[in-house]
Amino acid sequence: MSASADPLVRVEGLKKHFPIQRGVIIQRTVGHVRAVDGISFDIAPGETLGLVGESGCGKTTAGRTILGLYPPSDGEVWIEGVGVREAEGEAMRRLRRRTQMIFQDPYASLNPRWTVGSIVGEPLRVHRLRPRGSARTERVKELLALVGLSPRYVNRFPHEFSGGQRQRIGIARALASEPAFVVCDEPISALDVSIQAQIVNLLEDLQDRLGLTYLFIAHDLAMVRHLCDRVAVMYLGIMVELAARDELYENPLHPYTQALLSAVPIPDPELDRKRRRTILSGDVPSPINTPSGCRFHPRCPIAKEHCARLVPEWRQVGPGHWVACHEVEPKTLPST
Amino acid sequence: MGTLLEVEGLRVRFHTTEGVVHAVNGISYSMQEGETVALVGESGCGKSVSMMSILRLIPCPPGEVAEGRALFGRRDLLQLEEAELERIRGGQIGMVFQDPMTSLNPVLTIGRQITETLRAHTSSDAASARTRALELLDMVGLPAAEDRLQDYPHQFSGGMRQRAMIAMALACSPKLLIADEPTTALDVTIQAQIVELALQLRERLGMAIIWITHDLGVVAGLADRVLVMYAGYLVEEAPVHELFARPWHPYTLSLLAALPRVDRPRSSRLKPIPGSPPNLLAEAHGCPFAPRCDFVMDRCRTENPPLVQIEAGRKLACWANVETGQPR
Amino acid sequence: MDTAAGLSLPRLEELEAPPLSLAQLFWRRFRRHNMALVGVVVLALLSLYAVFGSFLQTEAYANLTETGLRLQSPSAAHPFGTDTVGRDILARTIYGGQISLLIGLSAMLVELVIGVSVGALAGYYGKALDSLLMRITEAWLNIPALFLLLIMAKTFGGRIPDIQLLGRSFSGSVVVIILIIGLTSWMYLARIVRAEFLSLKEQDFVLAARATGTRNLAIILQHILPNSVAPIVVAATLSVGNAILTESYISFLGLGVQPPTATWGNMLQGAHGYIEQAPWLWIFPGTLILLTVLSINFIGDGLRDALDPRSRAV
Repeated sequence: MSASADPLVRVEGLKKHFPIQRGVIIQRTVGHVRAVDGISFDIAPGETLGLVGESGCGKTTAGRTILGLYPPSDGEVWIEGVGVREAEGEAMRRLRRRTQMIFQDPYASLNPRWTVGSIVGEPLRVHRLRPRGSARTERVKELLALVGLSPRYVNRFPHEFSGGQRQRIGIARALASEPAFVVCDEPISALDVSIQAQIVNLLEDLQDRLGLTYLFIAHDLAMVRHLCDRVAVMYLGIMVELAARDELYENPLHPYTQALLSAVPIPDPELDRKRRRTILSGDVPSPINTPSGCRFHPRCPIAKEHCARLVPEWRQVGPGHWVACHEVEPKTLPST
Repeated sequence: MGTLLEVEGLRVRFHTTEGVVHAVNGISYSMQEGETVALVGESGCGKSVSMMSILRLIPCPPGEVAEGRALFGRRDLLQLEEAELERIRGGQIGMVFQDPMTSLNPVLTIGRQITETLRAHTSSDAASARTRALELLDMVGLPAAEDRLQDYPHQFSGGMRQRAMIAMALACSPKLLIADEPTTALDVTIQAQIVELALQLRERLGMAIIWITHDLGVVAGLADRVLVMYAGYLVEEAPVHELFARPWHPYTLSLLAALPRVDRPRSSRLKPIPGSPPNLLAEAHGCPFAPRCDFVMDRCRTENPPLVQIEAGRKLACWANVETGQPR
Repeated sequence: MDTAAGLSLPRLEELEAPPLSLAQLFWRRFRRHNMALVGVVVLALLSLYAVFGSFLQTEAYANLTETGLRLQSPSAAHPFGTDTVGRDILARTIYGGQISLLIGLSAMLVELVIGVSVGALAGYYGKALDSLLMRITEAWLNIPALFLLLIMAKTFGGRIPDIQLLGRSFSGSVVVIILIIGLTSWMYLARIVRAEFLSLKEQDFVLAARATGTRNLAIILQHILPNSVAPIVVAATLSVGNAILTESYISFLGLGVQPPTATWGNMLQGAHGYIEQAPWLWIFPGTLILLTVLSINFIGDGLRDALDPRSRAV
């Protein structure tokens, strides 16, 4: 499974199920939402791995579970060699310092009652990276400048800023503890198009300057192509395809990936109207009662009879290219 | 093809505790029967407000239509009696909004909501309304229409709700369908389904569509003509192929340059538009895009360029010529 | 404009609105409530009356009985008249006011401490702790308050010694009353706080704090609590009024603060039986109670709107 010598992040068989409870006096568990149902991948240091999928595929839950914000139901995650599941006390504190998250909603991710300075300075305080006073304030101002905000704004409140500026504040906060690994959970979806490009460029610059590793969770496939090195596609809690960026976009093998890519509109009327689209029928089924066999079979344009019975294997079908589909044949076996 | 809708000099303001927000600043355009026009811009540019105010769906106060006419088949929607307007809304003009969950009544079944619309605008009785409702649900691709009539909105997924909204909007065979960001909240595969549906319906029913969106990709696939708005002004108008092939307004140009492509390998960094959209509380002196414009000249800061016709079908509000870098 | 690193710095005019602190925002919105402002003024006047009035009349005078002067209607010497044992009512309303307001504020503090603690812990930790705390809360809610009040008053009534505070001597029954009222009203606040915590703990900024490594207690006190201030302040304000009313009727039943110490409530009790003959016995304390509670309620209304976190309008 490992793609490189020493991955920064290793995820193996990760699952996260949420119990559904009924009952007033006594709560019974009547089922589970299988938000994440077994995913595995590595992320190399300095790499940007894109995790894409539509709503309900589990990508946001995956991001949070990987960081240990939700306890996993099964499987394991190692970050810098440290198992997230068992981390406690000192090890957990170190983990929290070395990993960070950037959130989707610039309005909800900053405490409205705290000043910008307090928000960005919180990691410094929690991890005792700078003593209270001028050293801490200086560092906060440095961080604000790093993300392109004037250091004069330390005493302002989040409500005084625009969405793009708030997202920058969130990024400054994420950088404060000098993390190695940052999970970006749809960081630009809530922003206007002209601001999205600003933030994406910022993320790239920071990655170059600070040697960051990103897990970039998104549903905007065009932006993912622009930013990521490798891309993993999720559907209903599992991974259906993983490949290097251009390989995935130019040679998508899983029928869901193909449909997903063909559904993305292209800002070019000639091209957009000429292309052949695979329009999927129906809606995404619920992660409570997942379909039998291959989860995608009810909507799959090439589904065969066995697809409803047998769960497809996650296997390598080309260099760095993995797919879970019965109908895809490996071209050459990889020589590792 | 006659002129279906003609908007002249529309100005809309909001009176807030902070001051007056100039949401729409004198926009004019016209629409022909059967054509699809995309109204494009980012949040706060006034695209939704302009449409909603034409249909008089903005609460006034705090809103105010300061000036302008909106001629629908030669009657000014802004001057009509409320009762007359209600006949047109839902009747000759159908509307689809962004969030189907809040536009659909959660306590009424889908069937009831559709038949209500039908009975309000036509003289159908219960039985024929029901038949028509089934027809509509079928037309929008909702399977097992019989059962769907009894369902409540919360039982539908986002895509299905949007289809139900479209069914309601089409109930009285409107001449004009106004869709305000109908697919923004949907997943991309569902969006593709809805866009596909819109294309089919357009073929079948020959109605005109105004599609409000910020997504230039959707525009490319759907529109005949595009109207670009910025800070409450209409800054460019062009047939769709022209707009993408030869954008003339610096904002349009920048917007296209800031978009990543799904169909091409990455070639360079994205070119973002620096700064942020202007504060609508102050009326602009000069061109509202000047602070962020790559082609800005002195004149731009003091005089706001009017929207003028440059070629047949192409209008532009700009002092510069982006192809030569010289004043136009 | 870009820096050498290619990052673009915002121009200084980007943040156009002058910095408005949250306090200023609050004040702007509160100012719009005429009745709330009236309430503030009236309450301020009443507080002044109760506090500074004591410089004009001593407590000894308030408790001075002179049976020869009993049941006199208002006159120059006794502007509010005298009561059944000849005590000056004006003086008694001043000192009574001190006690009533003290009871109101202190009971509110008791409620606040218990209610917020229970609600915060239940809402934040959820699961077993939440179930346990909510069952306790519900149990307390189901005990008829009056019943509890009566029992506690009877049991502890005479047992607690007098206390000295700020130059006055308070009978132990005041402490008992404060505790009783506080212990029978915290549940409402607990539920409100629990609801706030349940919803706030799912917010992204709380998740961000957890991702940063902030400890649970810090999250509760520094992150969530400041954001639940609005409903807490409103509930606390209204509970002051509620406490004053409760004291009134406990005293009216004869179970509250015992004479000779005056409270507005026990003055009403003293008026029982003379309602028509000597209306000044109940009109003055009654009106004062009414004004106090009304102004507190109006202030509460103003606070509710001024603190509304949903209103992002400046």
